[in-house]
Amino acid sequence: MIGEVDPVIVNLTVFVLAIFVGYHVVWNVTPALHTPLMSVTNAISSIIIVGAMLAAGPMETDWGVWLGAAAVTLAAINVFGGFLVSQRMLEMFKKKDKKEGNA
Amino acid sequence: MSANMVALAYLVASVFFILALKGLSSPESARRGNLFGMIGMAIAVATTLTLTQNWILILSCIAAGGVIGAIVAKRVQMTAMPELVAFMHSLVGLAAVFIAIAAVNNPVSFGLPEILPAGSKLELFLGTFIGAMTWSGSVIAFLKLSGRMSGTPIVFSGQHALNLILALAMIGFGLWFFFNETTNWTAFIAMTAIAFILGFLIIIPIGGADMPVVISMLNSYSGWAAAGIGFSLGNPMLIIAGSLVGSSGAILSYIMCKAMNRPFLSVILGGFGSDGGTAVADSGVQKTHRSGSADDAAFLMGNADSVIIVPGYGLAVARAQHAVKELAEKLHEKGVNVRFAIHPVAGRMPGHMNVLLAEAEIPYEQVLEMDEINSDFSNTDVVLVLGANDVVNPAANVPGSPIYGMPILDAHKARTVMVVKRSMAVGYAGLDNDLFYMDKTMMIFGDAKKVVENMVKAL
Repeated sequence: MIGEVDPVIVNLTVFVLAIFVGYHVVWNVTPALHTPLMSVTNAISSIIIVGAMLAAGPMETDWGVWLGAAAVTLAAINVFGGFLVSQRMLEMFKKKDKKEGNA
Repeated sequence: MSANMVALAYLVASVFFILALKGLSSPESARRGNLFGMIGMAIAVATTLTLTQNWILILSCIAAGGVIGAIVAKRVQMTAMPELVAFMHSLVGLAAVFIAIAAVNNPVSFGLPEILPAGSKLELFLGTFIGAMTWSGSVIAFLKLSGRMSGTPIVFSGQHALNLILALAMIGFGLWFFFNETTNWTAFIAMTAIAFILGFLIIIPIGGADMPVVISMLNSYSGWAAAGIGFSLGNPMLIIAGSLVGSSGAILSYIMCKAMNRPFLSVILGGFGSDGGTAVADSGVQKTHRSGSADDAAFLMGNADSVIIVPGYGLAVARAQHAVKELAEKLHEKGVNVRFAIHPVAGRMPGHMNVLLAEAEIPYEQVLEMDEINSDFSNTDVVLVLGANDVVNPAANVPGSPIYGMPILDAHKARTVMVVKRSMAVGYAGLDNDLFYMDKTMMIFGDAKKVVENMVKAL
């Protein structure tokens, strides 16, 4: 039966459930970490690098491949920039925790 | 790798993304969460690499982007986080547009049929226009946040009508693209161009202090753009990751709007506070305020039992976070109970103040959210307001005021209030702040950093 279902409907199911998961997970994020939340989610949204890699994938290079390559570069800036800047910020929150422990 | 293996690897990556966000529920688990995010991304990229042939090109692009990203992440000032985030949103948007164009050009490389089915066209249309609007909107947000463009709203008559016409035209071209048997480049490009213009037009009327909402909204858009591309490629991982980001941004926008007591739509339609100048002139009655020096303030705080510091955007502009940390330490040594009160919309993005105070290594337990500290103001000796205005304006309690109903920090309830400000100029809402004219209020004019440094010296 499931084989007859249009893949779009399957994707829609995933989409709706993922929104629910996101909703519940994000409400639990402490307000103090809202800026790191934005930089982490920003890094995660660069998951479109997957699409960019597929576009840049074929061996026969036409302009579409170059466009894909440009997209890979843009997304890679985001992946590295987003995760590393989050790490840098979260390290700062760590230092404070240490102090808290010592106090 | 077989298609099933790829799908399973993508599932694992998706779970890691969920764990990444879950980790942010507390500072202790947050670093591990971030690590989970990196692992998820590494799995996703490595898996996708097995589906491509052009490894050299792809890996060199990743390396180039990675180096740029790493340098930016290392060098950026914490005060510049809002514009960095806006900049990064713009990259996601632009990448989404590029991918969609590439998919229309060569659907086969994405595993789509050579003649795009209607469903794929619709999904590509969605991914493209959200991506394009994310890009141009984020560029404007970046220019405004980094001060390269004035933060004042740009409004003109017929603005909303123009936006509406453009939106309808965009949908029209989208339908044309959708119903055409073959690939209609004219319609697709016209639609994309209009989406770019719309992104600009939607953000220009929104003023500086509404930026926390805008930046959260663009965060949300960048997620929906990724989800849209995920639909076109039939890739559940992109849909999951995109939806997580999309809902995260949406929740943040909601929290920010609630903290300003303004409906989301009114923030997005923009123009708030643009007539600030006239609001002051209307008030008519000449009110007097008391001003003092940093030395006076230091003396008062040094002899107080409890001090609450209320930081605002002015602190970020003056980069005064390290000076403030010194001040807090000095006061602490004198036995003063020093705490920080953070309003949800203080600064230019959600959590902006927390990051700055964390950078200055101010202990976590001293930094409190509005709900946690608001009841303590009435038994506090001194409140020091540093570059904040509307978030401590008691006018929010007066029916009929433009900011009536906005939750504020009850600084006016403290025994003594000190306000460090550059001038008597009105805040973003264009409203005079009665807090500044109270008998117990002392105004200290000057750059927040210099004033705080002088206070430290005087202690």
